[in-house]
Amino acid sequence: MSSQENPRENVPAEQDAAHGAVKVADDPFADPGLPAHKPRIQDIDERAAKRSERAVAFLFTLSMLATIAFIASYVIFPVDKIVFIWPIGNVSALNFALGTSLGVALFCIGAGAVHWARTLMSDVEVADDRHAIAAPPEVRAKVMADFAAGAEESAMGRRKLIRTTMFGALALVPLSGVMLLRDLGPLPEKKLRTTLWAKGKQLINMNTNEPLRPEDVVVGSLTFAMPEGLEEDSHDFQKQIAKAALMIVRIQPDDIKDKRELEWSHEGIVAYSKICTHVGCPISLYEQQTHHVLCPCHQSTFDLADGARVIFGPAGHALPQLRIGVNAEGNLEALGDFDEPVGPSFWERG
Amino acid sequence: MSTTSETNRKAPAGERVADWADGRLGIYSLAKANMRKIFPDHWSFMLGEIALYSFIIIILTGVYLTLFFHPSMNEVVYEGTYVPMQGIRMSEAYASTLDISFDVRGGLLIRQIHHWAALIFIAAMLVHMMRVFFTGAFRKPREINWLFGFLLLVLGMFTGFTGYSLPDDLLSGTGVRFMEGAILSMPIVGTYMSFFLFGGEFPGGDFVSRFYSIHVLLLPGIMMGLLVAHLILVFYHKHTQFAGPGRTNNNVVGMPLLPVYMAKAGGFFFLVFGIISIISAVASINPIWALGPYRPDQVSTGAQPDWYMGFSEGLIRAMPGWEINFAGHTLALGVFIPLMIFPMILAVIAVYPFVESWITGDKREHHILDRPRNVPTRTGFGVAWLTWYVILLIAGGNDLVAIFFHMSINSITWFARIAFFVGPVLAFIITKRICLGLQRRDRDKILHGRESGIIKRLPHGEFVEIHEPLSQEELYTLTAHEQYKPAEIGPTVDENGVRRKVKLKDKLRAKLSKGYYGPDTYIPKPSVEEFKEITGGHGHH
Repeated sequence: MSSQENPRENVPAEQDAAHGAVKVADDPFADPGLPAHKPRIQDIDERAAKRSERAVAFLFTLSMLATIAFIASYVIFPVDKIVFIWPIGNVSALNFALGTSLGVALFCIGAGAVHWARTLMSDVEVADDRHAIAAPPEVRAKVMADFAAGAEESAMGRRKLIRTTMFGALALVPLSGVMLLRDLGPLPEKKLRTTLWAKGKQLINMNTNEPLRPEDVVVGSLTFAMPEGLEEDSHDFQKQIAKAALMIVRIQPDDIKDKRELEWSHEGIVAYSKICTHVGCPISLYEQQTHHVLCPCHQSTFDLADGARVIFGPAGHALPQLRIGVNAEGNLEALGDFDEPVGPSFWERG
Repeated sequence: MSTTSETNRKAPAGERVADWADGRLGIYSLAKANMRKIFPDHWSFMLGEIALYSFIIIILTGVYLTLFFHPSMNEVVYEGTYVPMQGIRMSEAYASTLDISFDVRGGLLIRQIHHWAALIFIAAMLVHMMRVFFTGAFRKPREINWLFGFLLLVLGMFTGFTGYSLPDDLLSGTGVRFMEGAILSMPIVGTYMSFFLFGGEFPGGDFVSRFYSIHVLLLPGIMMGLLVAHLILVFYHKHTQFAGPGRTNNNVVGMPLLPVYMAKAGGFFFLVFGIISIISAVASINPIWALGPYRPDQVSTGAQPDWYMGFSEGLIRAMPGWEINFAGHTLALGVFIPLMIFPMILAVIAVYPFVESWITGDKREHHILDRPRNVPTRTGFGVAWLTWYVILLIAGGNDLVAIFFHMSINSITWFARIAFFVGPVLAFIITKRICLGLQRRDRDKILHGRESGIIKRLPHGEFVEIHEPLSQEELYTLTAHEQYKPAEIGPTVDENGVRRKVKLKDKLRAKLSKGYYGPDTYIPKPSVEEFKEITGGHGHH
């Protein structure tokens, strides 16, 4: 089936002279040209075409009904009604009804249009010529000459003083915009180096909001604490807790391998920063047997029995330890701030 | 004459409107070139359409969401209808997201359509980009459009990130904290950048409103411009097509925009929108009410970014925790190196068209698509890149993989660390072998015909399968591709025996060219003589 046998009005015969000229017998791999159009059933049989027409109209009608269903659902279903729909489970009736009706309304418009295009619109393939994107040489020459004329008339090349000062002015003027960004935030100064912890601040249990006592902390438990004076409704609570969050565990003093850790603990109760030294997630997974804690974000693992050193994962250094003791009332208290910045590393950390 | 009476009679209303517009906008000249513009048909050409339509859906639903969302970090005590959160302190952003989900009728649906469409948008862009890559559609004259598309992908990722950070829920806040940690790791400027972005120490009270204007104005504005440019170039260049009978580098064969593509593409928009609506009706996404408001001291397990950020998550999880302290400074390489590799991975694929055109030295326009098998080196490179990407996705979900497959998280992380280097190389080698195998099969098909499945018993008892010769159309399609010769440096000694200096650049290029088009990178197409010799014997029955 070559194009010679089936001449087609839409395809110019000389559309691709280079290939078309080669006789098939000479070159078995020659381009035979566009294949002849194969008529669809709808092209031949008017009854089939009618069927297609009805199918398209049915889809469009279904879409209209679905839009009515959407409006009805919006009015009928209360916003908080929950229904069980197999197999997805308990869902909001309104969300389900609105979503499916809107989906059907949209989908049917699309399906109708595509079915119409595929079965009833002409499917005769047409060839269009391409033209080179690059301009022909005479156009290029004209543009170059125009540009040269324009550049000459502007005297940019001759009057160097104008050119230089103009570039200077254009280069400087965006600096004003950069300058205006300065007040996006304060300078870091020492803000990342300090937390709310200070000598004498009691450790407040975050669950009970009461001062922690040594006997509250049993072996195998993980307790979270914040500094006394910080309240959940303080205006800077989020900022302060992002640095001051503390986790407290009790380890048998004999099991503590790090000498300084033992010194800074109280009867085996150790307090470490809860903020991961990797990128600052709160560490919250504690393995009682090994005293390992794991950051759930990137799986950095720290050994709380050995100075909270990193034993696996992407964190770069150990968790800072807070030195704690017991005050006159028998409550746990901090004996100072952390001696190094908490949280992720930064350039000035040192 | 009837013409005068017709011109005196009023033209139809539509025509009059068109005439009015033409007198002011010149629409007829535009329509002349474009109304019956030909678009070739192939299923893979609609991947870009999915991206386009989901972008439109995102804009439509996004505008609706801005009517109800309060981009503010002011703290409020929740008193809405969702009982588990009543009395809890949260930002207005989170509270208004709860309102959209529970109090605004249809709000949850629009929120879910917005989020699902965003996931589909970026997935469609990536798959569309792979289609363009593997078929060589990025070659001249389309390199710039490739870059526009690439920028859309990158901007889409960041628009997505700033978008899912807005509700200020526990999961998104954790993602923002990760970003803050990554910014802090930058030498010299990191701490300042972080303070300027967050208006002070993390989390501060500014990032939601700042992300909001980036998410709804800055990034979508740039993307809209790029998108329009992308589409104008598609029209201007005319669409590429696969080789086939009657399809050459100088024409485009298909069906006209009006009516076929108008109906198909327009209809496809509704299909995409309809399917996303139904997904949003039945599948919940980002149920922020289950997580609670963000608190820097709380976290949920299994914290994952949206899928398109997963590979950056993989980088940060797989990287060993290197850290250098010197002269009062800390260089957190464990975070900073992944932060630098992240744009590099993207850049590798972005610059590829320019690298390939430099190696091949091919300055011609290409409008006929390659079958991936016929360009084994490029295909191998693309699969290697995808392998890289998938390994990082696995590393980014190492906790989920560990739980799902009952594996040790440490071994998954170590697998990712090794596979990051080994995986792409293996993928490249294997893909190239598969491509060559497929080329051999094509050659075999051309020379010996298609296996017909009919077994014939010869008089002496031997069974043979009858091979059917291919039609002229199939023969042409299978042999239409070009097989390049590697670029040569030329003789290094001239006719007088004087050594010519060869620049290092040229040597490198010749080496790469050999790697691309050298003898072991393709199976030669059968020549006419070969074909006639083999088919001549079979021809007489």
